[in-house]
Amino acid sequence: MHLGESTRECEYSQISTRSSTPMETPYKKKTPKKRKWETFPGRNRFYCDGRIMMAKQTGVFYLTLVLILVTCGLFFTFDCWFLAEQLTPIIPVIGAVLFLFVIGTLLRTSFSDPGVLPRATPDEAADLERQIDVANGSTGYRPPPRTKEVVINGQTVKLKYCFTCKIFRPPRASHCSLCDNCVERFDHHCPWVGNCVGKRNYRFFYMFILSLSFLTVFIFAFVITHIILNSQRIGFLSALKDSPASVLEVVVCFFSVWSIVGLSGFHTYLISSNQTTNEDIKGSWSSKRSKDNYNPYSYGNIFTNCCAALCGPLPPSLIDRRGFIQSDAPQLAPPTNGLPMYGSTQSQQSHKQVNTVDCHLQAKAAHCDCPHNSGVLLQGVAHHTGRGPEPRTEAESHVRARFGAAAARQIHLKARGGGISSSPWSPLQIILMLGLN
Amino acid sequence: MLSSMKEGCHDPKTKQTQLLKPGRRTKASGVFHNLQEMQHCASLVTKVFIQRDYSEGTVCRFQTKFPSELNIRIERTLLEETVKTLNSYYMEAEKIGGQSYMEGCLACATAYIVFLCMETRYEKVLKKISGYIQEQNEKIYAPRGLLLTDPVERGMRVLEVSIFEDQGSAGSSPSSTLSSDSSAR
Repeated sequence: MHLGESTRECEYSQISTRSSTPMETPYKKKTPKKRKWETFPGRNRFYCDGRIMMAKQTGVFYLTLVLILVTCGLFFTFDCWFLAEQLTPIIPVIGAVLFLFVIGTLLRTSFSDPGVLPRATPDEAADLERQIDVANGSTGYRPPPRTKEVVINGQTVKLKYCFTCKIFRPPRASHCSLCDNCVERFDHHCPWVGNCVGKRNYRFFYMFILSLSFLTVFIFAFVITHIILNSQRIGFLSALKDSPASVLEVVVCFFSVWSIVGLSGFHTYLISSNQTTNEDIKGSWSSKRSKDNYNPYSYGNIFTNCCAALCGPLPPSLIDRRGFIQSDAPQLAPPTNGLPMYGSTQSQQSHKQVNTVDCHLQAKAAHCDCPHNSGVLLQGVAHHTGRGPEPRTEAESHVRARFGAAAARQIHLKARGGGISSSPWSPLQIILMLGLN
Repeated sequence: MLSSMKEGCHDPKTKQTQLLKPGRRTKASGVFHNLQEMQHCASLVTKVFIQRDYSEGTVCRFQTKFPSELNIRIERTLLEETVKTLNSYYMEAEKIGGQSYMEGCLACATAYIVFLCMETRYEKVLKKISGYIQEQNEKIYAPRGLLLTDPVERGMRVLEVSIFEDQGSAGSSPSSTLSSDSSAR
């Protein structure tokens, strides 16, 4: 699973066709274009050709949907007629509006990108590694925990390095272990909606629980009213027998009200103080930590905090699910000082093969359960070259068998020099990129 | 015209060879006459990443600190100007004011269905930003053998500056390669 993820991650960043062995040539001119969601490295599920994005476990989401649909269905079928006749027809209308709003916000929360941060490209990761090496001085076996400190509005905030995504997480971002993604302004992973709640879908989530609270209270109140009014005419037990569905609705609503209303209240508090659930649980801005501890993101007053969270600008998705993968493999001209930074090869094919082997080496590095963890490019490869029958040897033998000694030597030099770094771009890629720009 | 050509770049499209003035260290220092020339002749040397500046919170801002690798390629003021303009665009996109409230309230009232038909202000500003980057690339960066990548393509994490040099020139620009090497070590 881990290797598969890493291989997928490599393919995602190296933009070559999926291959189980590194020796299959990735250069296929006529493969059908794949969309980026098909090679997304996180543990998400995509539907409707990448338009819908959810977490892997969606069972509880279906339960939520069924509960809401069944309860409301029973309400409209059995209770609304009586209430419309006896009281006013506005009741079903309000009920319908609330119901549609709840379903709309639920689907919006569940299906949208919560604010996933795309993983670093190999170039970025290599650049970060270089900077960390320069900062640390020595490359020990166990690197020190990677954090960066930044001062935000007078408060010192620690930015942690994510080993999976190979980035320093922005403030308030967190890595969701269930979805295996870094999410901006991570609130929590909600199994009830089957998705993470983050920067891009927090307002939908809040609107969902708020409207669901109203709907639950609404249905509870009017079903009780229905039973009471009916029991005045025909007696309590007869009224219950007359509409057994009402009993079910009351039970569901009674148990839901406590949790949903409580949750709404909690999130109202979070919004008004501009905190995330994650921060609140950890007590990041609690005054109990230290006297000078305060929330640097708060705007100072409740109204502005609420407006910012609910009516602020909605940033677009950063992961471009439906974009097509650029299938042209990168190539880099050999540096002229003689040192093969990336492996100068005679043929295009073998050069691309070298790139795929990089991928393989990275994947192997990632697979190792060592503190270096995935994507520790320079260190990881250097680390691996010293340990047993290594990917380097395996890769070398593969390349040697296929392309001869010269190409194999390139791999060897590269592994020794630890020069797996940037993905160079072909002129075609530049043209495409400029075209996109 | 073609006879005096020593180093040049053959453009397969137009079947012309772009002329270099001999004695001028244009290709060696990675100066290209235009963006198309760079597209056809260029090879990537290295990439420099301008990181996000989080000192003002989670708003999108990039550091205006000038990377040392670009010292020989571009004037400090030009890059700083570009980064400052980008920062101002992002600030405009993320501004919380009257227009964003209107948009938010309208969206809420329509159960967010309006987002399916309407482009948000953020998206509009992002389009403006990519237009600006394209223009900057054409006017300022490509002639110096550099290329800016729109941060949105890098998850708004970094502003990527790619450094190119001419493929055709044999002993070209060892200085830039060495300087990137030395900065890497």
